[in-house]
Amino acid sequence: MAETLKIELRIKRFNPEKDEEPWWGEYEVEMGPTDRVLDALHYVKWHIDGTLTLRRSCGHGICGSDAMRINGVNRLACKVLLRDVAPVVTVEPILGLPVIKDLVVDMEPFMAQYRSVMPYFVNDEPPPPRERLQSPEERERFDDTTKCILCACCTTSCPSFWARGEYVGPAAIVQAHRFIFDSRDKAAAQRLEILNEPDGVWRCRTVYNCTNACPREIKITEAIAEVKKALLFSRL
Amino acid sequence: MSKFQYDVLVIGAGGAGLMAALYASKSANTAVLSKLYPTRSHTGAAQGGISAALGNHEEDHWEWHAYDTVKGSDYLGDQDAIEIMCREAIDVVIELEHMGLPFDRTPEGKIAQRPFGGHTRNYGEAPVRRACHAADRTGHMILQTLYQQCIKHNVNFFDEFQVLDLIIEDGVCKGAVAYEIDTGEIHTFHAKAVILATGGWGKCWSVTSNAFTLTGDGAAIVLRHGVPLEDMEFFQFHPTGIWKMGILITEGVRGEGGVLRNNLGERFMERYAPTLKDLASRDVVSRAIYMEIREGRGIDGKDYVYLDATHLGRERIEKKLPDIADFCRTYLGIDPAEQPMPVQPTAHYAMGGIPTDVDGRVIVDANNTPLYGLYAAGEVACVSVHGANRLGTNSLLDLVVFGRRAGIHAAAFANEIELQPIPDNADDPTRELVERVRTSDGDENVATIRAEMQKLMMDNVGVFRTEELLTDAVEKLKVLKERARHISIQDKGKRFNQDLLEAIELYNLLDLAEVTALSALNRTESRGAHSREDYPERDDENWLKHTLIYREEDGSYRFDYKPVTITKFEPKPRVY
Ligand SMILES: Cc1cc2nc3c(=O)[nH]c(=O)nc-3n(C[C@H](O)[C@H](O)[C@H](O)COP(=O)(O)OP(=O)(O)OC[C@H]3O[C@@H](n4cnc5c(N)ncnc54)[C@H](O)[C@@H]3O)c2cc1C
Ligand code: SF4
Ligand code: SF4
Ligand code: FES
Repeated sequence: MAETLKIELRIKRFNPEKDEEPWWGEYEVEMGPTDRVLDALHYVKWHIDGTLTLRRSCGHGICGSDAMRINGVNRLACKVLLRDVAPVVTVEPILGLPVIKDLVVDMEPFMAQYRSVMPYFVNDEPPPPRERLQSPEERERFDDTTKCILCACCTTSCPSFWARGEYVGPAAIVQAHRFIFDSRDKAAAQRLEILNEPDGVWRCRTVYNCTNACPREIKITEAIAEVKKALLFSRL
Repeated sequence: MSKFQYDVLVIGAGGAGLMAALYASKSANTAVLSKLYPTRSHTGAAQGGISAALGNHEEDHWEWHAYDTVKGSDYLGDQDAIEIMCREAIDVVIELEHMGLPFDRTPEGKIAQRPFGGHTRNYGEAPVRRACHAADRTGHMILQTLYQQCIKHNVNFFDEFQVLDLIIEDGVCKGAVAYEIDTGEIHTFHAKAVILATGGWGKCWSVTSNAFTLTGDGAAIVLRHGVPLEDMEFFQFHPTGIWKMGILITEGVRGEGGVLRNNLGERFMERYAPTLKDLASRDVVSRAIYMEIREGRGIDGKDYVYLDATHLGRERIEKKLPDIADFCRTYLGIDPAEQPMPVQPTAHYAMGGIPTDVDGRVIVDANNTPLYGLYAAGEVACVSVHGANRLGTNSLLDLVVFGRRAGIHAAAFANEIELQPIPDNADDPTRELVERVRTSDGDENVATIRAEMQKLMMDNVGVFRTEELLTDAVEKLKVLKERARHISIQDKGKRFNQDLLEAIELYNLLDLAEVTALSALNRTESRGAHSREDYPERDDENWLKHTLIYREEDGSYRFDYKPVTITKFEPKPRVY
């Protein structure tokens, strides 16, 4: 049990206040057998170099703050056990969004795409005095896409997004899906129209990177396919 | 640097802040400042459910809910506020559903409900299904739904703006001073009303279910402005955190039928709480676990027990508790359908906080004198509906009920008054603080001091307390505070300087740790989550009252007390 893990951490560093170019920081750390990548990053920040900068909050894969590229794949640093990626661990910011500093990227373009798909419940009919009824089956229909934590692991691993930043991206489609398939919602047609635009769902080439990256194990490509199908079969 | 003007400023974008913002922005020009992107708030981590006596499965009444809450609070909760919360629960949960919140459903299509600790039918007879849930992601759904509604209604957000001070003059709150994390700029927000919704401070302890960012900023800021904090000795330890990591395993596991077992395989809660057993209230279960461990019945003689859900079957676990199953696989490498989970009590929830009335107005003394323009809601506030011990699912409820009330009241207040002038240099103290930390060159390390504080709080100000442990904690915290004046940080830049912000957060944590230890030392009885081994009985004669702790200008502390409001339920011995 008491074994320790020797880790060689390589972190892509960049502080625009000081650096002309990104550079690789290399750190040797000894960590516990159940520690996560986030623990190693904290160790560096707290005991070796306080300027190392990253976002994190919940520490257990729920808040979506700490998406980063770990050994070349998008992951939440708090959900990856070091022993699964040891001994050399390479950490970079997620791709396709401007780097603010070290592992922190500008989330604003991502959030703007999210906001563009009407990611909110719409039903202007006067509500009943109690809850709107919905059968367990109707509820199940969109269950998968309610799990999204807006971490951006999917969108920033998508080749179509890398090629064209205007592509609305898988996360926004997941969010739209959550409402399009909610039996209580009335704005599916409007959302489908938005996703039918040139930078909407049709930019997806079904490469599955997004699905593999999702820490919530959402079947993203399937959700996108359902949206495409809804577009094909609903005459807008 | 810029100056902004709003009618209502909401600080914090968790469940309480977003609900307040939705309501305030209906009639007043409102902005939300949050140090995190709203959807990163820790409300998203809440798992089990939100309570309301909907009666969707079986008979239930809000009066039963009120009784359970009073009893759960060990009679320290204010019963007028509890009645409001339990009555409005029904309507506010329906409102959330109308906002689109995807609750799980009964076969008839209604909101599904599950049993939860301390919630009973007919004044304590047997568990009742009162916790409305969306799998084990109820908080996530509430946070997402409220944020979605804020987008829909064009609420103004200042994301990643960390508030470092409030502007309070002559008994009136006139705004806040915030640090823009991205640029290091300091901005003044001038407002007619400010609602604090900054959440809890579990990071005072080493084993906690709380986020790294839960550093009690709002509570620490008002304390420094002479506002008292109420009932700080009452901090809840949730019985089932993942051993050593503190990550929460929801009470919903026990709600679905999971049981606690010691090293003999015995279901030990049968001994401590014959009626409700594993679903007794949290303080009772946490103490029972500690007793088992103390008597050598921890697993392998260590400081944890097992939470056993293996008999529930894989299908039920994957359906009802999917995130729990995922945590177990990710962090423990076990399958909860086959193996029990190693758990220990984890620092979880602040019952105490900034004293408010039922409209969220911050009050500054035992006569309920308001501090005009200042409101608080959510975990940072103490209404008090949770008293000495909060029931599970009552916090999410507290957020939305009192977030809504604070939002409505703050907007009405703002619409009645003129903007009060503020001095040009209202941000001076903040600039000085930031510069002092940025240019600090001592030889102490922020992370080291923080870790020492967290361990001290765990060892000395945890589930069981004594005068000796608490006195020792108070003394050691003084030393830690002194050492914290001699830190240095390495990051001297302006851009995204988390090194600097972590130092300021440490100051907040140290202040809150200190008032927690002092309040715990002061209360010489055992009640709810505050368990004094040297004073094992509840003492209604002397202690049926709320603690108020004030910080004086010279840094010393003073206590005062506020009576408990009792309407229907006279204090009785508490058995489960
Ligand atoms: C793991 C876990 C599970 C739980 N499960 C349940 C449950 O099932 N049912 C239940 O009823 N309760 C549950 N609780 C309790 C409940 O979730 C919390 O008490 C509640 O979510 C707190 O909400 P809040 O809005 O007060 O604060 P939070 O959601 O914590 O939000 C705080 C906000 O304040 C902001 N903030 C903080 N400081 C500053 C600053 N200086 N400047 C600007 N912004 C700031 C943050 O950015 C954040 O937006 C659980 C708690 C935990 C930890
Ligand atoms: S499946 Fe579509 S959205 Fe996902 S990565 Fe591939 S192209 Fe991008
Ligand atoms: S779909 Fe998955 S990967 Fe994409 S933002 Fe949501 S949670 Fe993250
Ligand atoms: S810190 Fe919240 S998801 Fe990793």
